[in-house]
Amino acid sequence: MGMDRRESMKVMALASVALAVPGCTTRDMERAATHAAERVARQLPEADRLPTILSPTEYRTVEVLVDWIIPADERSGSATDAGVPAFIDFMLADAPDLEIPVRGGLGWLNAESMRRTGIMFADSLPPDQQSLIDDIAWPEAAAPEMEAGVRFFNLMRDLTASGFFSSRIGFDDLGYLGNRPQGGWDGCPDEAHVHLGLD
Amino acid sequence: MKSDEYDVCIVGSGAGGGMVAHELTRAGARVVMLEAGGDWDAVRDGAMLTNNYESPRRGKATPERPFGEFDACIGGWHLDGEPYTTAEGTTWDWWRARMVGGRTHHWGRISLRFGPDDFRRKTLDEKGDDWPISYNDLKPWYDRLDRMVGIFGEANGVYNEPDGIFMPPPAPRCYEKMLARGAERAGVPVIPSRLSVLTKPLGDRPACHYCGQCNRGCSTRSNFSSQSVLLPPAFATGNLTLITHAMAREVLTGDDGRATGVSYVDTASRQEFQVRARVVVLAASACESARLLLNSKSHRHPNGLANSSDVVGRYLTDSTGADAMGFFPQLVDMPVHNDDGVGGMHIYIPWWHEKDRSLPFSRGYHIEVWGGRSMPAYGFGGSIHRVNGKLSGGDRSRGGGGYGTQLKDDYRRLWGTYVGMSGRGEMIARRENYCEIDPEVVDQYGIPVLKFNVSWSDEELLQMKHFHETAREIIHAAGGESVWDMPTADNDWGITRPGQIIHEVGTVRMGNDPKTSALNSNCQSHEVDNLFVADAAPFVSQAHKNPTWTIMALAMRTADHIASEVKRRNI
Repeated sequence: MGMDRRESMKVMALASVALAVPGCTTRDMERAATHAAERVARQLPEADRLPTILSPTEYRTVEVLVDWIIPADERSGSATDAGVPAFIDFMLADAPDLEIPVRGGLGWLNAESMRRTGIMFADSLPPDQQSLIDDIAWPEAAAPEMEAGVRFFNLMRDLTASGFFSSRIGFDDLGYLGNRPQGGWDGCPDEAHVHLGLD
Repeated sequence: MKSDEYDVCIVGSGAGGGMVAHELTRAGARVVMLEAGGDWDAVRDGAMLTNNYESPRRGKATPERPFGEFDACIGGWHLDGEPYTTAEGTTWDWWRARMVGGRTHHWGRISLRFGPDDFRRKTLDEKGDDWPISYNDLKPWYDRLDRMVGIFGEANGVYNEPDGIFMPPPAPRCYEKMLARGAERAGVPVIPSRLSVLTKPLGDRPACHYCGQCNRGCSTRSNFSSQSVLLPPAFATGNLTLITHAMAREVLTGDDGRATGVSYVDTASRQEFQVRARVVVLAASACESARLLLNSKSHRHPNGLANSSDVVGRYLTDSTGADAMGFFPQLVDMPVHNDDGVGGMHIYIPWWHEKDRSLPFSRGYHIEVWGGRSMPAYGFGGSIHRVNGKLSGGDRSRGGGGYGTQLKDDYRRLWGTYVGMSGRGEMIARRENYCEIDPEVVDQYGIPVLKFNVSWSDEELLQMKHFHETAREIIHAAGGESVWDMPTADNDWGITRPGQIIHEVGTVRMGNDPKTSALNSNCQSHEVDNLFVADAAPFVSQAHKNPTWTIMALAMRTADHIASEVKRRNI
């Protein structure tokens, strides 16, 4: 699944938009898209008031942790590049049930780091950070005494994936081609058929 | 406070109310419509084509929109200041919309006709009751509805899934083709779905542009909602007056016992109003319409209006429901492609044991299909640690979970590899399943609220057991593995709680005998000749089919009857 194919599929999808939708003009589509953007601008909560829940120290810890979970690679940037720390902070305000497990877990992480190295997680050396994460990142292999850390890391893994892949960077990373008007519907493309062994 | 007298007052602006308004305003009647919620317009207010990353919430649910912040339907299982209660030991989940167009904004637009057998179940298996009308009585109205609203599908000749007047169906998505192949191997038939989404232009409504977002409200009006399809032509006649934020309190009656109008509270100002009308049509949803009748007590109608039979609120059913999901290794590393299509399934599994009397339950179910490379949103890739240990490639020695570049790639590879099925079946209508007025609880407007008393029987539980077994057969035959454990009798075979499928019907049922029904075969009260019900309350049985298409065909027929009775000066 190379970049080239993904890019070419995108170009094809965009080209199909330019085809006339039966009975519907390009202007109808543009109007619908413009309207959606305006509506969002009008109704969405302010995103630039962060952090609201996390303390600066907690925020910094989140920044370091989420980039361990989703680092940059050859295809896309890291979790912090995609704004995941701000996303998580917003979610703690929007979904109050998350606040205690996330902030409590950050406390556990720093306490464990202090126990091992004498300093907070975000300030410790990358190899020390990694060795702590290695002990909590694989639920089946983790030691029983790491249970609280495992549960916290599962939650942070889920939140990081949510925030990363639902970002614009994440959409592009996945090659998400949907949510756009198309001139028609052709069903399953040939190469996908072949991949599934359907024909 | 007294206002002008209208020809017709309709309570509710959803599928039934919208249809009656459409028909009667065009017949020349002056119609007033009461809607408990506020104004909403798909073209003006809908969120179609919004990317989830445009919101810091990324599409997650809000208290006002439990199905996601961009979902069209304003409402929910719980509304502030509008409680409902349940009898001890029972549960009921009640979804109510509060907006112009009602629950047609929530509806998945699965548009199924009831079949010939669905109108005569008692004749066939001696359970429940027959309808006072047959499929042939309703067929011309289904036909007109198909042409008016627009529906896609394919004529398949399945006896109890009558064909309609269809636009071409969209081709199946990749994962749907894959699952259909498995279903065929398991001996389960698959046909194109039937949804009220335009695949060809109809009147001034353009064809679908396949963005897959019907649930957000369609800015080009290419799908159906009462608000975008039925109400604009009604307004264009100049005969429709819509009053929003109008919570109906009771149906008013005169000394002769006939309906004279409706009293309502303006939810914004809390002021009381009355509208006068020669004909009253209730289309507030099955349970709200029953509640209105039960709350309309008077000297002439001590048991509630149109309720000498004591059936109002009784025979309440919801569809049965259960879900199964599979992980399909062949969907890993799929070539990039667009899975959107219309906003809903392209394939459908109708009930395939219609003539089989050997099963341990009486009524059928259908299967809906879901999955695909849907727009990433809040919740993307959740609980990956439970599954990515099974992936090929990389280091899997410590099981699932992990972090870093391998995890990042796992998310990409697993996106769209889950395909699910939902069983939706018929519950048998029984007198002992009912809603009634709770004598001790009122809502914030002082209107007594409903108390529900509904339970599943073995008929429903064993039906969903059969679904779970079938779904697992299909998943395995299609090359997948079931993700969830097979439910057991101890957890009621994984059946949804009553109400959760949002298909409640039957609370003001039709019939030929006034002793055992509230409405006659024209959805007209046996006792109050200028009172009609036009939502799913008149249904005598549920069928496994989503009720909306039948609500609208029946409402159209009821409106025609009202118009002809008014013309003949009978009412």
